[in-house]
Amino acid sequence: MQELLQQTPAIADKFADLHPPFQAQAAVLEADRCLNCFDAPCTGACPTHIDVPKFIKKITSGNLHGAALGILDANILGASCARICPVDVLCEGACVMHGLNEQPIKIGRLQRHAMDHFHAQGGRLPRKSHENRPEKIACIGAGPASLATAAELKQRGFQVTVFDKHPLPGGLNTYGIAEYKLPLIDSLREIELIKELGVDFRFGVEIGGEASLATLEAEFDIIFLGAGLGAMHKLAIPDDHHPAVIEALQFIADYKTGKITHIEGNVVVVGAGNTAIDAANAAKRLGAKEVSILYRRTREHISAFDFEYRQALQEGVRFLWLTQLIAVHGSADSITSVECERMEIDSNGRIKPLEDSHFHIECNTVIPAIGQSPMLELLAQCKDVQLEHGRVIVGRATGQTTNPKYFAGGDCVNGGREVVDAVADGKRAGVAIARMLEAAYV
Amino acid sequence: MSSYSVKPDLAVTFAGIKSPNPFWLASAPPTNTGEQIMRAFDAGWGGAVWKTMGAQITNTSSRYSSIDWNSQRMMGFSNIELISDRPLDVNLRELAEVKKRYPTQALIASLMVESTREAWHTVVQQAEDAGADGLELNFGCPHGMNERGMGSAVGQVPEYTEMITAWVKEKARTPVIVKLTPNITDIRAVARAAKRGGADALAAINTINSITGIDLDTFMPQPNVDGRSSHGGYSGPAVKPIALNMVQQVMSDPDSMLPISGIGGIATWRDAAEFILLGAATVQVCTAVMHYGYRIVEDMIDGLQNWMCEKGFQSIESLRGLSLPRVTEWKDLNLNYKIIAHIEESKCIGCGLCYTACWDGAHQCIHVDRVSGPINGPAELHAKPAEVEAATRSSITVTPIAKLDASTTSPHASATPLTRIPRVDQTECVGCNLCSLVCPVDDCITMVEVETGLPAETWEQRTTACPTGESR
Repeated sequence: MQELLQQTPAIADKFADLHPPFQAQAAVLEADRCLNCFDAPCTGACPTHIDVPKFIKKITSGNLHGAALGILDANILGASCARICPVDVLCEGACVMHGLNEQPIKIGRLQRHAMDHFHAQGGRLPRKSHENRPEKIACIGAGPASLATAAELKQRGFQVTVFDKHPLPGGLNTYGIAEYKLPLIDSLREIELIKELGVDFRFGVEIGGEASLATLEAEFDIIFLGAGLGAMHKLAIPDDHHPAVIEALQFIADYKTGKITHIEGNVVVVGAGNTAIDAANAAKRLGAKEVSILYRRTREHISAFDFEYRQALQEGVRFLWLTQLIAVHGSADSITSVECERMEIDSNGRIKPLEDSHFHIECNTVIPAIGQSPMLELLAQCKDVQLEHGRVIVGRATGQTTNPKYFAGGDCVNGGREVVDAVADGKRAGVAIARMLEAAYV
Repeated sequence: MSSYSVKPDLAVTFAGIKSPNPFWLASAPPTNTGEQIMRAFDAGWGGAVWKTMGAQITNTSSRYSSIDWNSQRMMGFSNIELISDRPLDVNLRELAEVKKRYPTQALIASLMVESTREAWHTVVQQAEDAGADGLELNFGCPHGMNERGMGSAVGQVPEYTEMITAWVKEKARTPVIVKLTPNITDIRAVARAAKRGGADALAAINTINSITGIDLDTFMPQPNVDGRSSHGGYSGPAVKPIALNMVQQVMSDPDSMLPISGIGGIATWRDAAEFILLGAATVQVCTAVMHYGYRIVEDMIDGLQNWMCEKGFQSIESLRGLSLPRVTEWKDLNLNYKIIAHIEESKCIGCGLCYTACWDGAHQCIHVDRVSGPINGPAELHAKPAEVEAATRSSITVTPIAKLDASTTSPHASATPLTRIPRVDQTECVGCNLCSLVCPVDDCITMVEVETGLPAETWEQRTTACPTGESR
């Protein structure tokens, strides 16, 4: 973690803040616009139910420390979420200002303002109990869901160990967020506070591999599954393992960790979700000449948020609708073009290839971004933990699985949503685990 | 609406002093020099009261402090500046020059000297010889000068006010205006004294004793003069309601009533119109000019004229004092008049401010129960605000994701959901206005009169009939 405490300069230059921080006076001006709603819709729309008017009023009074603690109390990744949440469809989308035909309060940027202050002042996470409890909890995966569970339980005095196969904590919050939204180092800085609480992190450990679940079960009272999703879907083409075909999440992680700092030639991204757009924008910023997103359906069907789509257009990304990639052409280690075909949507809404519609696009790198599959291998090893469509079944209010010793949250439960959803899951599970263990020892 | 083509005449005659419009600069920093006043007249000001002349003084550094409110600068402003720090002869020479070059504008000399008949006679003579159209006696300055037996030290004692006013009247050939301090229990006591002393007119109010604030890092009250502070004179928008009340009190009291120049938080034509409706014949402005400059008079003139056109007023005199009869004592208010709040659903944005205000600050009669089913009656019958919020916060919300959620709608695509539009329990509403005051949407909450079927009855009438005041 130490070697990555600075953003790679080549990356920093190309990925400046999309939404720069507020100046102090501008923050107060914006905070003053907040009406301080009762039972505020923004708070209701936030999966972690941050008390938005409360922290915004603290900004107006100059109590930034109190504002940050309020945010962190609901959402342990408050700094990350301030910058990466799709606020248009969450808090800011729910703001009553829309009813006055006014811009919603810039809640995300205000939240960042409070959190930046907190970090700059060397703020630390508070303990909720000074008692140290003997019960041990293992969290599998160090992504947002596990971090929220771990922090909640550690704050209450439990012994928590987090396992992750990667060398850095944070999961997709660290490896998978567009650098112009949240630099990797800022994700690590926020997680450092959870480390300081005393959560034990074990990196480079793949559960299900050398560390078997049976060993964990013997050592820990509770196991929290925050494992996220598994491998990305492969393209259904003959050369899906070609070295110039690099999966979107791998590509994003590589540039964020400084392994890729430049891209030559043309890039084709397959898929039109938020990850596809992050990858396409990054390719453009890293120097790709032309970046094209290929999508089998049309604009109305994309799963990317509207603001992400518009951002991609801003960045100069080209969208090819009703287009499917069928083959890559070139040598064994490089690609010169990709072969595509046109699709059509029939009256039943099904897509099928249009006959004789093959065409070629000059392309040197292909980035598939067509989703992740569930971590079935690991989940299958968790005994009595039932799945549905590859997702872990839990009680939504507690995160408890069908095996009472197992709790779960985040993408492995919800199929792949936002960091804030994973944090909400993790927090609920943390509270439920604490209640269960505290009740057992009365 | 009458025609905008002929602008109403704003000219006024105030206790005999003619002025092209009712907008005067108050005796203050904006009227410190002849050069300033001439620029102000060029900008359109109808008159100016020269910064108080008198004995030579020395000022401190710093002198001003202020209060901001919700990102607005200078909602309230405080000063510890004394009277003019320029030699009297320089002020008088410049006054003579201004009067010569601007003969139609009203030019008033504000005066303050030690409390002897001779000193007052001398300064009156000097000001009138220089060409002042009138004299304003500064009996109001609340800082510094009062410690030396002048300013509010005079204005807070009716006997002194009467005595000095009488001395001035012995000598003066021009109208004498007495400027009143608000730092007194009942402003009418001094107004009456001034009138007994022979004053031709009044000006109200001077600034209000204040400490604007304390620096929470240094614990220094503001303004800071080398580690010490002193109470200052408060002005600006924050003081307008106090000034309006005092002008009304004076103008509704036959023993006080004189032509009055309204002062206190006036920044726009609307403020001016309010003072005039309560009987002021001219208004004086200082803080707003210190904030935005002389140029603000342009809209004061234009806006007042347009409003007068719209309302059909041809002159300032035709609207002056129109609102005075509407202010009575509380005991003369009709106890059988009843209004209740009405929330216009189509305008409500669902902020719930009315709900919070009614529950915490009023009578617990606004509820969020349009969907769950309306319940009328006292607070005990309803879910408490904290319970309503707790229900929302225990609910599970997820980010809408197109491919995972069957129907994803933008949260702000539609109108305010009915669950968020509060409802007024008309059986409990006391008609206090609070909800309509906090509502951020114009005309969303209105107060609607309900027919009680009872004849108008005041407290006075009720207690005359039944001394305990119980309703019959």
